[in-house]
Amino acid sequence: MDLDLSPVEPFRAEVRDWLRAHVPAAALPSLETEEGFAAHRAWERELHRARLSVVSWPERYGGRDATPLEWLVFEEEYYAAGAPGRVSQNGINLLAPTLLRHGTPEQLDRVLPPMASGEVIWAQAWSEPGAGSDLAALRATATRTDGGWLLNGQKTWSSRAAFADRGFGPFRSDPAAGRHHGLTYLMFPLDAEGLTRRPIGRIDGKPAFAELFFDDVFVPDSDVIGAPGEGWRVAMSTTGNERGLTLRSPGRFTAAADRLVALWREHADPADTALRDRVADAWIRARAYRLKGFETVSRADDVGAESSVNKVFWSELDLALHETALDLLGPDGELGGEWLEGYVFSLAGPIYAGTNEIQRNVIAERVLGLPRAAR
Amino acid sequence: MKFILDAEQRLFGETLHKLLTGAGTPGVIRSWAAGEPGPGLALWRSLSEAGVFALAVPEAAGGAGPLPVELVTAFHELGRHAVPGPLVETVAAAELLSGIGDEGLAAAWLPRIAGGTAVVSLALPPAVPYALDADIADLVLTVDRAVDRAVDRAGAGDGGDELRKAVPGAVRPSLDPARRLFPVGPGGASATGPAVRAAAGAAYDLGALACAAQLTGLGRRLLEATVEYAAARRQFGQPIGAFQAVKHRLADVLVGLEYTRPLVHGAALAYGSPDFARDVSAAKAAASEAAYAAARAALQVHGAIGYTDEYDLSLWIRKARALHSAWGPPAEHRARVLSSLVGGQDPGGGRLPPPRVR
Ligand SMILES: Cc1cc2nc3c(=O)[nH]c(=O)nc-3n(C[C@H](O)[C@H](O)[C@H](O)COP(=O)(O)OP(=O)(O)OC[C@H]3O[C@@H](n4cnc5c(N)ncnc54)[C@H](O)[C@@H]3O)c2cc1C
Repeated sequence: MDLDLSPVEPFRAEVRDWLRAHVPAAALPSLETEEGFAAHRAWERELHRARLSVVSWPERYGGRDATPLEWLVFEEEYYAAGAPGRVSQNGINLLAPTLLRHGTPEQLDRVLPPMASGEVIWAQAWSEPGAGSDLAALRATATRTDGGWLLNGQKTWSSRAAFADRGFGPFRSDPAAGRHHGLTYLMFPLDAEGLTRRPIGRIDGKPAFAELFFDDVFVPDSDVIGAPGEGWRVAMSTTGNERGLTLRSPGRFTAAADRLVALWREHADPADTALRDRVADAWIRARAYRLKGFETVSRADDVGAESSVNKVFWSELDLALHETALDLLGPDGELGGEWLEGYVFSLAGPIYAGTNEIQRNVIAERVLGLPRAAR
Repeated sequence: MKFILDAEQRLFGETLHKLLTGAGTPGVIRSWAAGEPGPGLALWRSLSEAGVFALAVPEAAGGAGPLPVELVTAFHELGRHAVPGPLVETVAAAELLSGIGDEGLAAAWLPRIAGGTAVVSLALPPAVPYALDADIADLVLTVDRAVDRAVDRAGAGDGGDELRKAVPGAVRPSLDPARRLFPVGPGGASATGPAVRAAAGAAYDLGALACAAQLTGLGRRLLEATVEYAAARRQFGQPIGAFQAVKHRLADVLVGLEYTRPLVHGAALAYGSPDFARDVSAAKAAASEAAYAAARAALQVHGAIGYTDEYDLSLWIRKARALHSAWGPPAEHRARVLSSLVGGQDPGGGRLPPPRVR
């Protein structure tokens, strides 16, 4: 057993040098706004030109075939440099892994390169008003038609769908089949005929997500992922990515913990041991998450339901980091700024990607093997 | 001994609850946040007619006070309905004006506060660094470094004895869109002398108490609304309130709030006693934590809908976080409780060391 990172140091140095030369000096406007979305899209293009937008992907799609360890190191450097948030994250982290697993070569060649360059930005369309935690209750339908499918119904809470280009998600193609059966996983343009989007303001009013209304939206057969009727299995194969390391890499939190320590240095009353303990704890937890990441990429087996353990940890760490920062700021904690923006974002962590209550049920039942509750 | 609101006090609270329910505060809050204070100011007049502001103004100055138990009863309801505006600031200013011994200023403004024709904002930097809604206030007051200096013994005597009419700077946005915060610039001195320092300390204590009461009201509403939602929202074929994880979280919120109200009432009863500052701090620390826990639970149990601007309860969720650190964050109040317990000798004439704010 070792923690020898020296083999990846040259890669780290390259990434660091590039970021130092290219990260915008002033923060971009929030990516949850139209203006910020465009600015972040331009940034994706710049990253892509340096082949740094999707380092772990195969070269033919715009990546570098980076190892998982190299990817972790990339992320550390990325967030330490204070680089912009990734507006393409839901395509890169949630759709791409599904396609790599279930997509046809034609789909991979068509979808992945423009995703890597930020030319096409994807929104996840899973949730519905009646189907949040209980995703299998979804009711939006896909009906067979000549050469493809017609989508009807409603999706909601689709992150950045107000500004994104295309969406993906499961639809009910066989209404007679039971909950987890008869679903089909599809991709569709967000500006399609028959599709209406209504932006929804998140808790600070920024239009971070949208509701989607489908009225006979046509999708060709070539945009079905996996076999028709197999949508549940296809969808579930990405939840590990959403809950596991990929969506929220350790680098995010180690960078935030370092910024918190800097804030402590500036603002702290050293006699305030309660805050001191919380700052130290946040740093310890970020380090634990980093080391756990090294452990995870060292494993040969599939993490499986253990990704739920990961999701509970990062989402609660993120909240603790930001709550501690606001408390350090005292009466200024409620004022708009970088820490408040991060706090608002962190508040949603225990809700999306499967709520933490659901994750704890999964941990208890599938990892610990406790008896299942009735539901 | 009867440590419980009497029938008249309860009725007062219920009357305010009815008035505020009828006023439809979500609409009032959204207008206020959008810079249209009309509906909020109309509500201010109704509250005044119901006797709210007179509670903080001495009878001699045209009020009905000081009546701290009635005051916390009122502020509980104001918080429960998330009423916008410098409510806490106005009653704290009444305490300040009552205490400075400056006949002119007090005589001019106290009757107007009691009668609901003066909206007053107040900053006590650095503990309360911004004047809330200073642009619509009829009067903005500030006393520099009165509240933190007493703790810093070496610096005592430096500042804190000059009351000024303040000139507000440019607005700073808060997480709570209805809290419009203004830094205060220098203005002409209106009163000076040691009485100002003591009065500023008293104003801080009363403001923190009113804010604690507001927080318990916020927490109560967050819990009520979330219980109702959990009973109605169905997933997996049952109300989400049937899941033990949801039940336990909401039960914890109730436990927290139930043990905050007595601290608030206890502090109100200690008004005028040497323990007042300590008891206010105990109440404010507990209320900040209990209301914030209620807000976190409300958001989590609502799921994504609670995370939207358009869902009215999110106005309560945001306010609970903002008030968590307004009028002294919990850490400062805890420090004040402890310093009073382990030898809070005080240079400022019987007052406990107030919180230290960076
Ligand atoms: C910021 C943000 C971004 C999002 N982005 C997207 C997106 O891009 N695409 C998309 O499709 N969706 C997205 N979502 C939606 C997200 O997936 C859902 O919010 C989530 O699945 C929870 O569903 P819900 O909001 O309907 O809450 P509900 O499912 O109604 O849950 C309400 C409460 O009940 C609890 N609960 C439910 N079932 C159980 C149970 N069995 N045991 C214990 N407790 C239970 C939950 O944990 C929660 O606390 C996003 C949400 C947020 C907040």
